[in-house]
Amino acid sequence: MMNFDYVRPANVADAIAAASEQGSTYLASGTNLLDLMKGGISRPSRLVDVTRLPGLDRVEHLSDGALRIGALVRNADLAHDAEFARVYPAVAEALLSGASAQLRNAATVGGNLMQRTRCAYFYDVASACNRRWPGAGCDALKGENRLHAVLGWSEGCIATHPSDFCVPLVALDAVVEIEGRSGRRELPLEVLHRLPGDTPDRETALEPGDLIVALRLPAAAKDFAAHARYIKVRERTSYAFAVASAAAALRIENGTIGEARLALGGVAAKPWRACEAEQVLAGKSPDASLYREAARAALADARPSGNNAFKIELAQRIVVRALTLAAAGTPARISALPGSPFSSVAGA
Amino acid sequence: MTPEINLTRDPAHIRHGSNIGQPLTRTDGVLKVTGKARYAADNHPPGMLYAVIATSCIARGRVKSLDVAAAKRHPGVVDVMTHSHKPELAEDPDAKGNPFAFRMELLQSDEVRYANQAIAVVIAETLEAATEGAALLSPRFQVEIARVGLDAGEPYAPPVVGIGNPAEVVHGDIDAGLAAASKLTDATYETPAQYHNAMEPHAIVAVWDGDKLYIDTPSQGMAIAQGRLAGLLGIPPGNIHINSPFLGGGFGSKGLVSGPQVLGIMAAKLVGRPVKLVLRRSQMYGPVGHRPPTRQRLRIGTNDDGTLTALDHHARITTSSFDDFYEPAADASHTLYASPAIRTAHEAVRVDTGTPLFMRAPGEATGSIALESAMDEAAFACGIDPLEFRLTNYAEVEPTTGKPFSSKALRQCYAKGAERFGWARRPLQPRQMRDENGFLVGWGMGTATFPALMFQGNARAVIRADGRGVMESGAHDMGQGAWTALTQISADSLGLELDQMTFRAGTSDLPDAGIAGGSAHTATVGAAIHNAGAAVIARLAELATSDERSPLFGAGNAGVIARAGRLHRRDDDARSESYADILARAGLAEIEASGTGAADPAAQSQYAMHSHGVVFAEVKVDPELGQIRATRLVGAFAAGRIINPLMVQSQLRGGMIWGISFALHEEAVIDRRSGRILNANLAEYHVPVNADVPPMDVITVDEHDPHVNALGIKGVGEIGITGSAGAVANAVWHATGIRVRRFPIRIEEVVMGLAG
Ligand SMILES: Cc1cc2nc3c(=O)[nH]c(=O)nc-3n(C[C@H](O)[C@H](O)[C@H](O)COP(=O)(O)OP(=O)(O)OC[C@H]3O[C@@H](n4cnc5c(N)ncnc54)[C@H](O)[C@@H]3O)c2cc1C
Ligand code: SF4
Repeated sequence: MMNFDYVRPANVADAIAAASEQGSTYLASGTNLLDLMKGGISRPSRLVDVTRLPGLDRVEHLSDGALRIGALVRNADLAHDAEFARVYPAVAEALLSGASAQLRNAATVGGNLMQRTRCAYFYDVASACNRRWPGAGCDALKGENRLHAVLGWSEGCIATHPSDFCVPLVALDAVVEIEGRSGRRELPLEVLHRLPGDTPDRETALEPGDLIVALRLPAAAKDFAAHARYIKVRERTSYAFAVASAAAALRIENGTIGEARLALGGVAAKPWRACEAEQVLAGKSPDASLYREAARAALADARPSGNNAFKIELAQRIVVRALTLAAAGTPARISALPGSPFSSVAGA
Repeated sequence: MTPEINLTRDPAHIRHGSNIGQPLTRTDGVLKVTGKARYAADNHPPGMLYAVIATSCIARGRVKSLDVAAAKRHPGVVDVMTHSHKPELAEDPDAKGNPFAFRMELLQSDEVRYANQAIAVVIAETLEAATEGAALLSPRFQVEIARVGLDAGEPYAPPVVGIGNPAEVVHGDIDAGLAAASKLTDATYETPAQYHNAMEPHAIVAVWDGDKLYIDTPSQGMAIAQGRLAGLLGIPPGNIHINSPFLGGGFGSKGLVSGPQVLGIMAAKLVGRPVKLVLRRSQMYGPVGHRPPTRQRLRIGTNDDGTLTALDHHARITTSSFDDFYEPAADASHTLYASPAIRTAHEAVRVDTGTPLFMRAPGEATGSIALESAMDEAAFACGIDPLEFRLTNYAEVEPTTGKPFSSKALRQCYAKGAERFGWARRPLQPRQMRDENGFLVGWGMGTATFPALMFQGNARAVIRADGRGVMESGAHDMGQGAWTALTQISADSLGLELDQMTFRAGTSDLPDAGIAGGSAHTATVGAAIHNAGAAVIARLAELATSDERSPLFGAGNAGVIARAGRLHRRDDDARSESYADILARAGLAEIEASGTGAADPAAQSQYAMHSHGVVFAEVKVDPELGQIRATRLVGAFAAGRIINPLMVQSQLRGGMIWGISFALHEEAVIDRRSGRILNANLAEYHVPVNADVPPMDVITVDEHDPHVNALGIKGVGEIGITGSAGAVANAVWHATGIRVRRFPIRIEEVVMGLAG
C-alpha cells in the first residue's frame, strides 16, 4: 500500500482544514474506503480520520419535531434503536438489509451516504472508467452490465448507487447537514448524489473539505410510521447488494392515500425518488391496479443501459410489492430477513 | 455404532475396538476455536521477509516492461524477482513428467497466459512495502486478443479427460437407441467457471538451510509436492520438509503444489532469508485451478413405459491455452442409469485462463446437474414421477461396463429419503403448490454418485513399553476431520482406547499418505493404518505366544484378540496379558511395523465401486419478484462404513450446500474482452450465506462392502454436491414451470418467465 499521512483532528474546523488540501480524504470506518485503497482505486495522500470528532455520534430530537442523526452514528446502532425503528420503519429495515452484521456495526451514517458505486469496472483499475478517470470511456457500457442502471444514466456512466439506507431517506425528504470551508449549509439528500451526465466523476454535490455532520429527517417523516416498507431483491437471501429495491411510505386517512412517498434503489446513480408515481397515488384509495399504475409511472423513463431490460420489469413489481405491503401496515417488528421478499406475505 | 470391526480378511489375530462408528467431536476442535491451531501463514521465523506477487491484468500477450527501479526505491523493498532476475530452476516448469504435473508460471518467460498470472515478486521488510512495491512496477504489456468462453475457438477432442479417462465412451448403439425412442428429450445446459475459494488462501513460509528446504504450506498431497519441488529445485525429495498440520479448506486447489507457492520458495532462495508469501483473495482466481465452464447437451430416449432407450451426454469444456486438464463432465452418465445405449463424449476449447483443475467432485458436479436436470425433463415428458422414473431405470450392474457393484444401497436411499421428505405427495405438474404466504413451492430430486477410489498410502504403528500406541502417517486434514477419523481407526487397529494413543499427521517427515483427494483419504490412509496396526499386533502376539512365561503361550494357532491394551486368547478370554508386560518381558522399548493401503486390482477389475445417494429439495419462489430460496433438503447416502457419523454428516451437508451454490449462486463473471474476472472477491462471488442454507436432513444408509478396502469405506467428501445441484434446479422448475438451463439460475430468467 502506498504511504499516506494519517491525521486525527480534534474538532470539525481542523478536520475541514486538513481535508481541504489536495489529495486528502475523510476516513470514517473505512469499510468502503480501505477496500478502494487496497485495490488502488483511491490513492489519497492523506486520510483525515473523523471517527473521534466530538458530538457527531448523537441522535437528537429537535424542537420542530425533526430527528437529527450525527454522521458518526453506526448503521447498526441506528437500526436497532427500537424507537427509531418504530417511527421510521422503512429506514431501519433498509439499514438492516444492507451488508452484514459486522459491516453494519462498523459503518457510519456519513460513510453509507458517501459510499461509492459497486460497478465491477470501477473496481478494476485496468478497465476504462469515466468515474475514475474522466474521459477514459466506460467499459461497462458493452461489458457485463446486467445489474447496471435503467434510470438517469448517460453514455458516460451507467453505474448505480448501492446504498439501501438512502432509498427510504430520500423518500422521506431527508436533509444533509454539511460543514465546509465557507461554513455550514444543508442540502436535500435528493441532490447530494448527482446523475452522471457528462461528468460522472463528479459523484456528489460536496466540495473539497465538505464534511457531512448530520442527517435530518423532517417532522413530516413521522407521519408515515404506520405504513412504510423497504423491499430489496437480491441474488442471495442476505449479504448482497440490491438488484433493485423500493421504499414505500403512505399516509392513509379514512381508507384513502393522503400522501405517498416512493423511492427506488439499485436503478440509478442516485437513490431515485419517484415523484410522478407519488402523484398517481395521492388522494386515491389503495388497490392493486393503482399500484401498477404508480409502478408504470415510476419507471416511465427507464431504458436498459445494457443487458438489463429485466430490471425495468422487476423494479415495477418491486414497487407494487412495496406499496402493497406498506398499505397493509408496518409489521410490529422487523423480520429476521429485513427487506427480503421472504420476510413478508407475498401479494398474490 | 459398531461394537467391533468386522475384518474382511480374517487373520489369526484380530483386534476389537469400539472407536470406529462413534460420533466423536474433532480432536483438533479446541485448538481451532481457541486460535491455537497454527496455519501456514501464522509462522514468523526470525529474519523473515514478505513477498507479494505482481499479477498481470491482461489475459494474453507479453510483459514489455516493469519499473523495477521504482519498486526497489520504495523504502523497505529488498529485491524484485522477475523473468530476468531469479534463481535458476533445475527443471522447466512447463515440463510434463507425469499426469499430475501441471505447468506453472514461475517467471520462466515474459509470456502472459491468463489474467492474474504472476509477472514478478516483490520482496520487502513489510507486507505493506512489498504490496506498494508490486504496484510501483507499473507493468506495460504487449496485448493480444483474449480468448474467453466456450465459443472462443475451434473445439477439439481431448486425448483424455480427468486423469486418464477416455474422452469418448460408447456402450451399445446410440443412434439405434435414439431412433427407437418414442419420446426424445434433447436439452443443452451451461455451467459457469467456478473457483475453489477456500477460506485460507494459498500461503507459504519458506526457509532454506543450505540445500535443505523447510516450508510451512497447506497441502493436500505432501509427497507429491516433495517430488515436484525436488525436480524443480534440483534437490532430493528428502531434503524438503513440509509442515501442513491444518488447512483452511482445499477442495482440490491444494492437491498439487501451485506456482505461487513455488515462487515463495524461489524468493527465499533469491534473498537468502526466510520468506512468507500469501495470495490475496483476488489472486486465487487464476493460478490455483478452477472448475471450467461447460456446455452439455443431453439426449435421452425413452419408451412409452419410461425405460431408457438411449442416453447421450456430450460436454464442451474449456481448458487453458497451454496445458491439458479436461473436466470429465459427461462421465457422470456412466454409472447411474441402465440404458441399452450410452454415449459420453467431450470436446474442448482453449481459452486464456489458468489451467482448470480438480475442484470438489470434478466432472461429477458439472455432469450431475445436467444429467439430473435432463432426467427430470425426460420423466416429465413421459408423465412419470421423477423418482419412479429413476427406479424404472435403476442400474443393477454398472451400465457401461456390465460389472456388478461392490455394494449399492441406492434403492434404500431413495426409499428412506423419499419417506423423510414426503415425496409421495408431490404433484406431477409444475406450479401446483403454494405455501400459506403465497410463495410458489417446488420439489425436486437428484441422484448422487461418486466413485469409491483408493490411492496409495502408508502408516507406521508403534507400541511403546508403557503399552501406549503411536500411529504416524503424513495424512492431511483440510478441515474434513481426517485427524479425528484416522485417530479412531488407529485406536481400533491397535486394540487401544483413544486416550491410550497418539496420532501424528500433517508433516512430510512421516510416512507418505498419498493425496487427500478423490474422497479417498480416509479409505486409503485408514487401510494403511489398519494394516500397520495389524502388523504390530501380529508381532506382539508372536512375542507372547512363543514365550512360555506368557499366559498366551501356545495360542498361536487359535489366535489372540487385541482389546484395550491387552491380548486375549481367542478361545479363552480370561487368559490375557497387557502390551506393556509383553514388551517388558521381551526387553523391548517399543515394537513397530508399517502398513500400506492401496487398491486391490483384482477386486477393482471385478466390481464397480461407487458411493450413491439421493437428494430431495424444496424451494420457494416469489411469484412476482422471482427471488428463490431453498427451504428444505433431505439427503440419503450409502457410502460404505461410516467411521465418524458427525464428520460424515458435516461432509455431506457441506457438499449439499455446494449443490445449492451450484444451482443458485456461484459464478465467476468474466469480461469477454479482457478475460479478467470481475468478481474475484467474496462480496460478489456469491456462495450461500447462512440465510441461504435451509434445514437439512442427512440420512446415512448402512452398507457393508467387503470389496472396496479392508475397512469397507467408500468416501463422503464429494458426493454431497452431486444430486443436490440438480435437485434444487428441478425444484425451481417444479415451483415455477420455468426450466432454466443455464446455471446458476439467474433472477432475470425467472422474473421474465413469471406472469407478473
Ligand atoms: C462486502 C460489503 C457488502 C456491502 N453490502 C451493502 C449493502 O448490501 N447495502 C448497502 O447499503 N451497503 C453495503 N455495503 C456498503 C457499506 O454500507 C459501506 O461500506 C459503509 O456504509 C461505509 O461506511 P464507512 O463508515 O465504513 O465509510 P468509509 O469507508 O470510511 O467512507 C466511505 C466514503 O465516505 C466518505 N465519508 C465518510 N464519512 C464522511 C463524512 N462524514 N462526510 C463526508 N464524507 C464522508 C469517505 O471519504 C469515503 O469516500 C457493503 C460493503 C461491503 C464491504
Ligand atoms: S458504469 Fe460508470 S463506474 Fe462503471 S465503468 Fe462505466 S463509468 Fe465507470
